Amino acid sequence: MSTPIATRTVLEIKDLQVYLGESHILQGVSFEVPAGGVTALLGRNGAGKTTTIKAILGLVGRKGSIRLADRELVGLPTHEIVRLGVGYVPEEREVFSELTVAENLKLAERGTKPRYDLVFEVFPELEQRRAQAAGSLSGGQQQMVAIARALLNENQIILVDEPTKGLSPLMVGKAASALKRAAEAATLLLVEQNLQVARTLAEKVVVLDEGRVAYTGRVADLLADPALARRYLGVGGSR
Amino acid sequence: MSTVILLLVTGLGLGALYFLIASGLSLTYGLMRVLNFAHGIFLTVGGYASWWIAVRLPLPDPWRFLVALLGCLVVGAIVAAAVEVGLIRPLYRRHIEQVLVTVGLALAFTALVQGTFGADPISYPAPAWTQGVTQLAGANIPNSRLLAIAVAAAVFLLLSAFLRFTRWGLIVRAGVENRAMVSALGIDVQRAFTLVFALGGVAAALAGALGALYFGNIDPERGTATLIFAFIVIVIGGLGSFTGSALAAVVVGLLQQFMNYYSSVYWGFSAAGDLSVVLLLAVVLLWRPQGLLGRSVG
Repeated sequence: MSTPIATRTVLEIKDLQVYLGESHILQGVSFEVPAGGVTALLGRNGAGKTTTIKAILGLVGRKGSIRLADRELVGLPTHEIVRLGVGYVPEEREVFSELTVAENLKLAERGTKPRYDLVFEVFPELEQRRAQAAGSLSGGQQQMVAIARALLNENQIILVDEPTKGLSPLMVGKAASALKRAAEAATLLLVEQNLQVARTLAEKVVVLDEGRVAYTGRVADLLADPALARRYLGVGGSR
Repeated sequence: MSTVILLLVTGLGLGALYFLIASGLSLTYGLMRVLNFAHGIFLTVGGYASWWIAVRLPLPDPWRFLVALLGCLVVGAIVAAAVEVGLIRPLYRRHIEQVLVTVGLALAFTALVQGTFGADPISYPAPAWTQGVTQLAGANIPNSRLLAIAVAAAVFLLLSAFLRFTRWGLIVRAGVENRAMVSALGIDVQRAFTLVFALGGVAAALAGALGALYFGNIDPERGTATLIFAFIVIVIGGLGSFTGSALAAVVVGLLQQFMNYYSSVYWGFSAAGDLSVVLLLAVVLLWRPQGLLGRSVG
């Protein structure tokens, strides 16, 4: 049984335009992310999902409007956007390989009360590996560090970009459980190619196609319609 | 034997100066990907500022030198921070413009110093102890070399501790790996840039004052002349590797000193030191393009 989608909006994107070189990657993307729970951002490869996440964070140049709880983000530098309460779990994990696990987490601390209790409750393994260089961890363990960095602080929204990419089936399950726990603490905007994970975690879905929003609604509705799923995602909804 | 000891210590002394100027250069490149061709002016600033203060201070040795040294470090930090904020910051990610601006600044600054203080070297009021020698295993070691080695070793330990144990050091180490991700954790990397530039300016200014003791004078072109070897040091050590710079500075200083001496004695050719350093650079680039302690790319 699905729970009702919350009505308060935490993130509102209007007419977002991004050019990378000569390419017009995002061509007027507009959608809202309701507060609470998980909103999935889906689409085929190259649809503009990761670019949307990076545009929210100010990691790429963009035009349009991105409002986080009534605060305009366009024009702000990345570090100020993050300090407003935006967590980020990047696609390639991007842990600092030369630093230890403890140093990776220390670097992510923003407030005076970092939530190490929560982090080590979700990822007890990280507590045991505090002194280990992050570069020597497995892909799944590095993903734990990447998610832990976002969990460490109070956030209004956490942007999670393909958290299960390249992980073993066992680690996919662990990552999904961790994200479910994270979603109890903050709203998640989740880019995910694994539809099973998206279906398990998300209620609302925004589908991008060639730099435009092609569909918004409930994940369950999208995946229940094989023709729609095949059209926007390239797969049958029954997967 | 005493000749080898003398060459060893003087080579380490030269390596100490190279390290002081290369350390800042290495950090600024590692964190900011800025090849600062004006870094040598911080050395010149240090030499001239310490001289300017020392000749005006009515203090006995060594206080006069110590106060002048502290003064030149402050001036070095201020000038370096001003260069970062005024010239480098507007040109981040615009590498060609950075090269043009920093080369232009180095040329203009050298001309300014020559116009203000003259083009000839100026004798430096060194404290008496630094002009003496210390007997070591039969060799008369100039104290200025021992001082340069001790100061460079202290700077290496202090900067290592800064990088290892402070939050700013953590930011710098992480920023060397992935600047964008540091910003994405809510950290103002720009402030780290300014700090690193100022630290590099302090280390180079220190090299300027110690170089004045080492050579017995200050010279408007010493900064740009030393910078060439500092660039060779950071490439051999591995771009962005602080420890690699220290190791390469020692290797380059020793090689230069030994080759200069023995080529002069046996071949009557006194410039073999510089040539051997360039050959070493070529060998390292062919054998290990990422440098001794640098990380390979790709």
